[in-house]
Amino acid sequence: MNKVYSDTRQVLAGLLKDGMVIMAGGFGLCGIPEALIEAVRLSGVKDLTVISNNAGIDGIGLGRLLESRQIRKMISSYVGENKTFEQQYLGGELELEFNPQGTLAERIRAGGAGIAAFYTKTGVGTIIAEGKEIREFNGEPYVMEEGLVADLALIHAWKGDAEGNLVYRKTARNFNPVMATAGKVVVAEVESLVKNGQIGADHIHTPGIFVSRIVEVADGIKRIEQRTVRKPHVEANH
Amino acid sequence: MAWNREQMAARAARELQDGFYVNLGIGIPTLVANYIPAGIDVRLQSENGMLGMGPFPFEGEEDADLINAGKQTITELPESSYFSSAESFAMIRGGHINLAILGAMQVAENGDLANWMIPGKMIKGMGGAMDLVAGVQRVVVVMEHEAKGASKVLKECTLPLTGKRVTDLLITDLGVFTVARRGEPQLVLIELATGVSIEEIQAKTKASFTLAFQ
Repeated sequence: MNKVYSDTRQVLAGLLKDGMVIMAGGFGLCGIPEALIEAVRLSGVKDLTVISNNAGIDGIGLGRLLESRQIRKMISSYVGENKTFEQQYLGGELELEFNPQGTLAERIRAGGAGIAAFYTKTGVGTIIAEGKEIREFNGEPYVMEEGLVADLALIHAWKGDAEGNLVYRKTARNFNPVMATAGKVVVAEVESLVKNGQIGADHIHTPGIFVSRIVEVADGIKRIEQRTVRKPHVEANH
Repeated sequence: MAWNREQMAARAARELQDGFYVNLGIGIPTLVANYIPAGIDVRLQSENGMLGMGPFPFEGEEDADLINAGKQTITELPESSYFSSAESFAMIRGGHINLAILGAMQVAENGDLANWMIPGKMIKGMGGAMDLVAGVQRVVVVMEHEAKGASKVLKECTLPLTGKRVTDLLITDLGVFTVARRGEPQLVLIELATGVSIEEIQAKTKASFTLAFQ
């Protein structure tokens, strides 16, 4: 069993097909599998349905796949801050399915856990619930939402080992661990590939069973969307 | 006169109670963190996967892996924890968060809330707002009373809803209203902002409301 590949082109070799469904982890630009997204762009695969909380920004992350017109449909909770997206959507080139963020996360969790559907209060009485089954539990209405799976899930993690065990860092965790359970094939890019045992079995966030292939991207660039700082303390002698 | 953004945030901060787990939305609600009253200890939840959110970092200490739901760089505290989006929304949807403070485009007299979409114009999405209003124990809305001279406090929302009958308290630049989430619609004006008259608030409100004072 070898899960470790040497570069992002090889790690996706034989996995990409036109019209497929891809999940991509991340929140904003935090924890996105940017090197794998770039490899998808270079492959030229098209008509993709992409499930991701956001759609990147212009020129970064999924924004690049939008610019190259490789995405046909997005399933997301928030796509602000992306001009290309807006233009393509308003121009009718791009299909869009909005899911409330918690519903999106739970649909993916359910899909990965073999749960076909669930009932939630989120979205009852809104356009999100239109055409969906409404059922009462304890006198309250709930809307039925279906589990989501993908042909391929692209994950970004902080550390991984040859077994496929993963650890995420701070808020770069977000959708990555749930998506790692919901892809028929799951490819993880990791900032550092470590020896088995080095993570510590009690500290593993995603157990290796969920991860099909892994690649180290040691030189990845992390970007900040909204750099916000506080004023330094004024020194007494200032 | 009315309240400015900072005063609205300070008024919203008075809804915090010691020990509360709180989710603050983007915009004016984010400012509430600057007005947490002395002696009140709260934990701020960020729906992208963090509890115990710290202040913005000092310049040079920003970490791309550490952001809030508005994608702003933030910091960690000794009590902080991180978790996945699924676990984050288990906290929110499961009723474990005591209070959410959010912005809005429109609020109706029955507590309906619209804050995610303007058909044909704005393509952004609801993010976590629908889950927050459906699951959090108490929902406080902070918004300007009017937008471009049109009231945002209405008989019925005209924009697509974020949630039906989900508002507990409405704070605008002109005053504070309590809202009934069950039974007959009941919007009650409980406070006036500094220098605002009842006549002014009546003129700028397109909803029926009653007064909690004379």
